[in-house]
Amino acid sequence: MSALELENLTLTRGRRTILSDVNANIGAGEFIGVFGPNGAGKTTLLHAILGLLPPASGTIRVFGKPPGNGTALAGYLPQKHASTGDLRLRGWDLVASAYEGLRWGPPLLGARGRQEVAWALATVEATGLAERPLSELSGGERQRLLLAEALLGKPKLLLLDEPLISLDPRYQQAVVELIKRIQVALGITVLLTAHELNPLLGFMDRVLYLGHGRAALGTTEEVITSEVLSRLYDAPIEVLRLAGRIVVVAAHGEVEAEAHRHDA
Amino acid sequence: MLEYDFMRTAFEAGTVVAIVAGAVGYFLVLRELAFAGHALSHVGFAGATGAVLLGVAPFWGLIAFTLVGGIGMGLLGDQLRGRDVAVGVVLSLSLGLGVLFLHLYTSYATQATSLLFGNVLGVSPDDLRDMLGLGVLALAFLTAIARPLIFATLDPELAEAKGVSLRLIAVLFLIVVAVAVAEAVQVVGILLVFALMVGPAAAALRCTLRLKSGIALSTVFAVTETWAGIALAYVTDWPPSFWITLLSAVVYALTFASPLLPRTVAGHAWTGASHE
Repeated sequence: MSALELENLTLTRGRRTILSDVNANIGAGEFIGVFGPNGAGKTTLLHAILGLLPPASGTIRVFGKPPGNGTALAGYLPQKHASTGDLRLRGWDLVASAYEGLRWGPPLLGARGRQEVAWALATVEATGLAERPLSELSGGERQRLLLAEALLGKPKLLLLDEPLISLDPRYQQAVVELIKRIQVALGITVLLTAHELNPLLGFMDRVLYLGHGRAALGTTEEVITSEVLSRLYDAPIEVLRLAGRIVVVAAHGEVEAEAHRHDA
Repeated sequence: MLEYDFMRTAFEAGTVVAIVAGAVGYFLVLRELAFAGHALSHVGFAGATGAVLLGVAPFWGLIAFTLVGGIGMGLLGDQLRGRDVAVGVVLSLSLGLGVLFLHLYTSYATQATSLLFGNVLGVSPDDLRDMLGLGVLALAFLTAIARPLIFATLDPELAEAKGVSLRLIAVLFLIVVAVAVAEAVQVVGILLVFALMVGPAAAALRCTLRLKSGIALSTVFAVTETWAGIALAYVTDWPPSFWITLLSAVVYALTFASPLLPRTVAGHAWTGASHE
């Protein structure tokens, strides 16, 4: 069964068309890297898969079901977490707050809830971190707790929005390896948006590249070519392969996308 | 001192108010809304003095205004972020209106003092009944919204993606804050609400990293400070509000000095090793 089917999908925000007539079929257990320039619609696509943004036309199916009900099947790690920065609370309470956090009533987890939180923390190898104050964690350590939140409810599909952003390169690699281990161990499907291809090479099964409202899905070799990217960017693009790394360069000399580090 | 009715009533009223203020205050500090709580009490001043002018009990005018102010703040939500000046203007306008209302109603000079600085020794059994009822209501309401409130406070981005309405939670929470502020004013007055709503909670946040222990500790601090404040007032004949504010400040200051809190004081010693 497909984990995710996009059929003639068009997404709009206000009057702006973000994606138009996109088709993609992602199998269960695949690790997909989602790329594209800023504003290409990576976050918008994840929101639509979560059911937060209804399609302007076309359909989305998450394990055969329309989104909305899909939120239980999909775990989500949102981009930008300014708020958890300087809280003098332990990580456990952050992760526990996301366990059935929608329900009204007192914040009592019960034995099953505590077990689930402990399981999620163990899965992201953060059991020790959970007892330390959030204000004293590094960006990478915090990212692991947010990943644990995404795993609550044992989703079959993980949507990770820029989990590598603002991490230093060494820690980026560690986070990618952790996500890969989790994906293999739990047999789940992962969609991960990122700015840089290289940290994910060798971990992704396929690449979903967005640009100018269009999308291309395939292996790195199929998609990261000057022909496909020139079409998506609507401008001439060169793709260079150097010592196992990929550098994407705009033909008019300006270094683009992966060659350029976006720290925003 | 418990042989006097007014002292027993004062202790009972103080206990009710401190439990509500301690629990609600913890979330207030966690959500970085301390200034909003301060502003709400000032808005209440115009309501309380206006009520006196109309011949209504000041408590009901107070709570009506704090509720309207709280709901308004919740609806404005993120638009209030960084608008300290706007909040400050409304705050001083409310105090100004209160002064006008008091001027028009000339016979009660003591009314102003007890509203501004509290008068827990003057709480009547009828007041106590109202305060108890509202306090129980506020705590029940807080318990009912606690789960999504904590989720929305600690991880707003994820909570919103999961379908929690951040604006609804903000409004519901500020309704609880409005009631808690109106109650706290009965004990420490409009100007000293910080002492009960923020002091104990801020101290609790420095003492424990656990959320539920933090709520409990904040309540324990608030109740202890209130009891000790009333008792010291009885012994010294100085105002209870003075003693409560002093104890609140002392407890908060102690959390910076205590060697019993290694995570707070020596926390930096072991963060160094933890960075990748």
